[in-house]
Amino acid sequence: MIDDGLKSELQKHGVFVVSTEWLYNWGRKSSIWPLQFGLACCAIEMIAAAAARYDLARFGAEVFRATPRQADLMIVAGTVTKKMAPQVVRLFNQMPEPKYVIAMGACAISGGPFKDGYNVLKGVDRYIPVDVHIPGCPPRPEALLHAIITLQEKITGQHIDRTRWYDAKATTEFPIPVFGEHDLVPAANPEVWQPPKDYRDVTNAEVKKPA
Amino acid sequence: MIPAIEQLCEAVRAAVPDAVLEIIPSTPAAAQPALLVDGAHVVAVAKYLRDDPSCRLDFCSCVTGVDYLAKGSIEVVYHLYSVALKHGPVVLKVRAPRDLDQCRVPSLTPVWRGCEFQEREAFDLYGVKFDGHPDLRRILMWDGFQDFPMRKDYVPPADYEWEPTPHDEVLKRAKAGGGIMPPSAAVEVKK
Repeated sequence: MIDDGLKSELQKHGVFVVSTEWLYNWGRKSSIWPLQFGLACCAIEMIAAAAARYDLARFGAEVFRATPRQADLMIVAGTVTKKMAPQVVRLFNQMPEPKYVIAMGACAISGGPFKDGYNVLKGVDRYIPVDVHIPGCPPRPEALLHAIITLQEKITGQHIDRTRWYDAKATTEFPIPVFGEHDLVPAANPEVWQPPKDYRDVTNAEVKKPA
Repeated sequence: MIPAIEQLCEAVRAAVPDAVLEIIPSTPAAAQPALLVDGAHVVAVAKYLRDDPSCRLDFCSCVTGVDYLAKGSIEVVYHLYSVALKHGPVVLKVRAPRDLDQCRVPSLTPVWRGCEFQEREAFDLYGVKFDGHPDLRRILMWDGFQDFPMRKDYVPPADYEWEPTPHDEVLKRAKAGGGIMPPSAAVEVKK
């Protein structure tokens, strides 16, 4: 590893010394292409974030792709109904790795105000792994920008040799729920989602120490 | 100007003599008085309301169902307007038993074409079968869905997770157990 003093000295002469990993992550985080995909009023905020006033292009994430094959990021912007959920999972499966998910707004996180409804999925994280949750109903464009920046930080911290998608055994396909007689089957994918434990059942030993 | 509901009822009685009519007066909950018609004559009554020169109710703006669990009946409500004469609404109601195999009313789609999707919605959510509907299938829920979720005895699937502060209905379910974890997912976890 090159020490920071030498690095800084070289930079003054126009020589940039970085690791391959840094360069790789820098390239990825600076061009997160989202899937052009909106479900409800959160999509309007997403459109506002992409337009001139909030200008998502400043973060390299303005290239909304109309096909999952070219997208890096799925912004689940809005209410996911149970009828829509299989299509959302299928679109996510069709995206190439590395891929990320932002759950935008109360509905995508938990079902939001429609949580008690018979037709709304109680959080998209029941079927696909969510990287960043943005609370709000709907979240303001600034909140979406914050989520993009948070995702960029996450990408910066990833190690190429330890990423999920280079692991030959890791699955990048998530089971698509089917329409059952009363509900989606299964009602959740236990590999990506478990219900939170009752706090009365959590022992002290299980409480995670802050890092 | 649309005739008052009493005059309208008399006019309908004169035009369709066999129809069993009843005026349901306005209540604070339903600000419009309504005309309750028996299922056998509702199509004839609807055609009269549409074609009569003083009514000309050419537009059905809303079709919905109401579930009266205690009375054991389901009511289908039609809201009618006249675009030509700029008046309305006239509220038309039909009752049917709640039992799924007997819950049938004649479709008014042949009278007002715009009823098609709304009758499909009433079928989807309340289980009312519309005889004579050209394409009666579910419109909001998926085809294999078995329940009628707007009925008052509908039991939603137990797909709740535990909440940090369970109360009321959720607390009852939490104490009863089983309702917190999706049963199908719970089976997967145990494997």
